[in-house]
Amino acid sequence: MNRAEPAAGAPLLELEGVTVRLPVEGSMQAVLQDVSFAIRPGEALGLVGESGSGKSMTARAIDRLLPPGAAVTGRVRFGGRDVMTLSGADLKRFRGEVAMIFQDPRAHTNPVRRIGDFMTEALRTNARVPMDEAARRAVDLLASVGIEDGDRRLRQYPHELSGGLLQRVMIATALLTRPRLLLADEPTTALDVTTQAEVLAILDNLRSELSLAMLFITHNLELAAAICDRTVVMYAGQVVEVRESNRLHDQPLHPYTAALAAARPSIDATAHRLTAIPGRPLSAFEAPAEACAFTARCPYAADVCRERRPALVELDGGLTRCARARELFGRLEVELHA
Amino acid sequence: MPEPVLEVEGLRKEFGPRLAVDDVGFTIPQGGSLAIVGESGSGKTTVAKMIVGLERPTGGTIRACGRDRSTPARSTRERRRRGREVQIVFQDPYTSLDPRQTMEEAIDEVLRMHQGWQPKRRMERVRELSDMVGLDARQARALPRSLSGGQRQRVAIARALAAEPRVLILDESVAALDVSIQAQVLNLLADIRDETAISFVVISHDLAVVRQLTEQIVVMWRGRLVERGQTADVLDHPQADYTKLLRASVPKPGWKPQRRPAVATG
Repeated sequence: MNRAEPAAGAPLLELEGVTVRLPVEGSMQAVLQDVSFAIRPGEALGLVGESGSGKSMTARAIDRLLPPGAAVTGRVRFGGRDVMTLSGADLKRFRGEVAMIFQDPRAHTNPVRRIGDFMTEALRTNARVPMDEAARRAVDLLASVGIEDGDRRLRQYPHELSGGLLQRVMIATALLTRPRLLLADEPTTALDVTTQAEVLAILDNLRSELSLAMLFITHNLELAAAICDRTVVMYAGQVVEVRESNRLHDQPLHPYTAALAAARPSIDATAHRLTAIPGRPLSAFEAPAEACAFTARCPYAADVCRERRPALVELDGGLTRCARARELFGRLEVELHA
Repeated sequence: MPEPVLEVEGLRKEFGPRLAVDDVGFTIPQGGSLAIVGESGSGKTTVAKMIVGLERPTGGTIRACGRDRSTPARSTRERRRRGREVQIVFQDPYTSLDPRQTMEEAIDEVLRMHQGWQPKRRMERVRELSDMVGLDARQARALPRSLSGGQRQRVAIARALAAEPRVLILDESVAALDVSIQAQVLNLLADIRDETAISFVVISHDLAVVRQLTEQIVVMWRGRLVERGQTADVLDHPQADYTKLLRASVPKPGWKPQRRPAVATG
């Protein structure tokens, strides 16, 4: 396959000031605001946020799967090429190099088509791989996700497989086109924790074997922190923090990240009450244009936060969109957990 | 030892040839709270459905507030009394509310059914309950479609509390909520327990939520209880293989996901 190779050390995927507006009741409303981050080849990047924060919309913007009428500004580059201008064969190849898996595997399969038919479709129609060759590759990949009796599974229908098994089939399917980037949107949310651990172990192994990059979208900060190298935290359609995952809990940079960590009950200790965040999460189009989006819920909100929307600034090796970040550095994790 | 509010003994449920629940038993003292954990298909929701009367046990007994409820109610009065004693809140607040009913009406309906009060008294109680779960006046008059998932779940909780139950079953009731809203609902549940001496049965796959809400825990695996004890003890020092695996599967910083080893029975 002819691939545009990025220079050594260059990011595989790069988002630069991506803003997406959608038509809502006659006017254009922003669902993503100035989103920037990069993923290096083989890197696992977490994308964390609550409902309406824009995390799934970000994945759709990357894969050019936005709803009709969407207006996009900013740039998405994959392997150094501008994704927005790809067409024809280039777009097809891009789609093969970027694979996607979703929360609910059952919603993304056709109940009346056999697993084998579904798995090999992209190979047969796009890459013109003959049926038996495609099936052989499918069986090999099923084995790599821990499904040994692949031949039999290819003849089964989706309803004959459990949720965990079907999600493993989806992962194998996503890998059939030999992608370099996997967009995983809450891929384990619908699974039992023990099955989740297994699916994540499979993803982890495959990632290192194939040096596959991954954007792991989840509402679960602990999960992102556990399996991703770095994590992006989104709020109201904006990136509010980018941080090495292992520092995210101990030393968060943004009050929202710290509040999110403090709001979760702990499995190791019983607390009578939790430090809840007042109010509810805002969607991007509710966010004030001239203030920090988290102001209304932030225990640290001050006048400076209401004057203008803060820029994403560098701090301690990470990025944060907080006007008081320097002043609060080192205090957040102590005070919110108290 | 306070009198038990819920006693389950030798509970069994067969669906055709499949044994879904096998010899399950536990006791909850008044004001106590019990967690039932286990993976999907382990039988935990079937146990809950048998307690509220949505499934009929194949064998075993269930007693709530000292009265047997393992066989179907013989009269409307009996059925209502059972409904008043044990209420349940399901996972999905989108399908458990009537789309044409305002939140006030939804709560009032339960009061009319169970309390037999005059309209004025009911209206006061609707307001109290709305306040208790943190719904403002505008939200109380809204239809479900204009409320968020967290707000709807609070309505579902207010509705269950309207019956003044002795036992509230929470079947994955906070699982679908955003983290910041989940914390608000968990705090609300803690307050309600402090104020009313109600008992919770918490069915959840989320061990942190379970630790937050309960003192006792039973662990189910393939229809059977494989471990029981104090919630803190069981989570800190799991004994059964399945409980150990469950505990080890919870992600935390530095966690390395493991392929599942074969789980031995027991």
